[in-house]
Amino acid sequence: MSPPAPVGPPVRRGRTARGTGLIVAFAALVLIMLVSVWIGSKSIPFGSIWSVLWHADGSADAVIIHDQRIPRTLLGALVGAALGLAGAVMQALTRNPLADPGLLGVNNGASAAVVSAIAFFGVSGVLGYVWFAFLGAAVASVVVYVLGTTGRAGASPDRLVMSGAALTAVLQAYLSAILLLDPNTFNQFRFWNVGSLSGRRADVLVQIAPFVAVGIVLALLLARPLNALALGEQTGRALGARPGRTRVLGAVAVTLLCGASTAAIGPITFIGLAVPQMVRILVGPDQRWVLPYSMVLSPVLLLGSDVVGRVLNPPEELQVGIVTAFLGAPVFLALCRRRKLARL
Amino acid sequence: MTALRERPAAVRVRPRALVTAIVLLVLVFALAAVSMTTGDYPLSVADVVKTLFGFGDSGTEFIVTTLRLPRLVLAVLVGAALAVSGGILQSLSGNPLGSPDVIGFTQGSATGALLVIVLAHGDSGQVALGALAGGILTALVVGLLAYRRGVQGFRLILVGIGMAAMLLAANSYLVTRASLQDAFSAQAWQVGGLNGRGWEEAVPLAVVVAVLLPVAFGLGRRLSLLEMGDDAAKGLGVPVERSRTLLIVAAVVLCAVATAAAGPISFVALSAPQLAKRLTRAAQPVLVCSALMGALLLVASDLVTRVVFGEEGLPVGIATAAIGGLYLMWLLSSQWRRNRG
Repeated sequence: MSPPAPVGPPVRRGRTARGTGLIVAFAALVLIMLVSVWIGSKSIPFGSIWSVLWHADGSADAVIIHDQRIPRTLLGALVGAALGLAGAVMQALTRNPLADPGLLGVNNGASAAVVSAIAFFGVSGVLGYVWFAFLGAAVASVVVYVLGTTGRAGASPDRLVMSGAALTAVLQAYLSAILLLDPNTFNQFRFWNVGSLSGRRADVLVQIAPFVAVGIVLALLLARPLNALALGEQTGRALGARPGRTRVLGAVAVTLLCGASTAAIGPITFIGLAVPQMVRILVGPDQRWVLPYSMVLSPVLLLGSDVVGRVLNPPEELQVGIVTAFLGAPVFLALCRRRKLARL
Repeated sequence: MTALRERPAAVRVRPRALVTAIVLLVLVFALAAVSMTTGDYPLSVADVVKTLFGFGDSGTEFIVTTLRLPRLVLAVLVGAALAVSGGILQSLSGNPLGSPDVIGFTQGSATGALLVIVLAHGDSGQVALGALAGGILTALVVGLLAYRRGVQGFRLILVGIGMAAMLLAANSYLVTRASLQDAFSAQAWQVGGLNGRGWEEAVPLAVVVAVLLPVAFGLGRRLSLLEMGDDAAKGLGVPVERSRTLLIVAAVVLCAVATAAAGPISFVALSAPQLAKRLTRAAQPVLVCSALMGALLLVASDLVTRVVFGEEGLPVGIATAAIGGLYLMWLLSSQWRRNRG
């Protein structure tokens, strides 16, 4: 596969402009989190939200807000950030702008483990799925990584992509086989498979938070090494980069981030792929900007989608995974059309 | 650069590609023979050949010409069509992920089919039409959205991925809204297979493939020139935009008819061209080898599913993904060990 020819230099913007943009994005995130706590199937006036937010007085409103909406909002923010970062890191690692967490087999590893949990161990409910999903994601990551780095020269971008695609296919086959042979499992799985924040309580949040936190720190620390990786193997080495170490740490970060988020709310596609893509169109290829922007803008998209899914047709909810694709894709398509495409 | 100025009258054949093609062809025939003789009623090769020439008894005739032959023909055609479609799109986008099952064409077909299943409870013929319409419509929309002073391979892929995400969401939503039984048949259709399909699916597909495969093979040389970049290709006298549009149309139609005939069989379009590329070791895509590889993958997968899960067991798409995936893994790892990286 020949690398695609670059389409002109990325637009260079000043540090000030990009910094301001990041602050604006962060403000948008805080705002959407407030909206997410405020809006739901039971309408509560904003004034009482504000007062209840700071001291739970045991009223019905307070219970709804503290037991349901706040955990849900925090979880959405956390998972969104994890997915966006994971996508950005994966695209930089594989130097393939089309890479996404689904590609390393991570999501499918989690799904395959969840299906096995339902089919063979009779597990049901999110809390039961979490550890299976996590284990599946981790195993898939290790397999792809080992496959992608056989031989002495270590991994190359193309190899990781191909071995990821191969493993994804095998896992998909296993998944489909079980779903087709076992209608009961299928009936449970088809609802988890859409990806949803509904009914997730604080305990899920507490379980995945440490993994996501470590993943986020690790990913952000990799910004500079990933920049060096983008220069290509030889140049990077000459500048003192250590591609092997960067790839291992990157893979660990991606596994932590994807495993935790898939475990918590099911496979959410598109965010990890599209947000870093859009961010690169906005701020250029420098990972020191791409990573934080992806981390802040992804939860905006996820939480925004979740709110929209809640208000469209109350009291029924449209699952967040579906809304995300429908809200994000048009923006993504418009960006693809309007600007110079940002390559890696 | 002198080599480029010679305009060869025919496609230059590389020895390694030729050997690969011959080996693949022999393998396809060998597996076809095994496939025709294996099943609930084992037959000898002689029986099959006699029957094909019209000298068999009526029982054997039914098994050979009504049950096994259409299935075999369908497997070969679907495999070849998907592989060529994938080979063209991967080459144009310069990315192994630029295959029709990644950029929304397959998902579009599935959306069309699911709408027919869930909303109209249509029969298999209507579902196939829905899939065909969905696939072609999706490709049109993706093409129009990606069109900006010509269609750029990479932009096409990005737009396709955006569309794929939307369609995938729509598909998941349709499955959650359906009754369990509808959802189940929708899920089954989405895996793709050859079960319960016969001449009525194979014949229309054969017509389209007979027209489009030669076209695609003929444009194959331009494909390798296009890979060198638009300016270089223009300089060599290739009508860039027209060739690209023609190639994309061929890829889209091939993928859509294959999906309409057998459902969205995963991974063939992505893996067959990649496998062929690694076997021929050619820098350029060799579409003939991709086509044979696709046919081989599907015939082999069909045989495995029938032997392991019985005549009407699991859909072939599952075995395709498993076999293709494992073979790709093995090929990658062995190749890397040999080349030490």
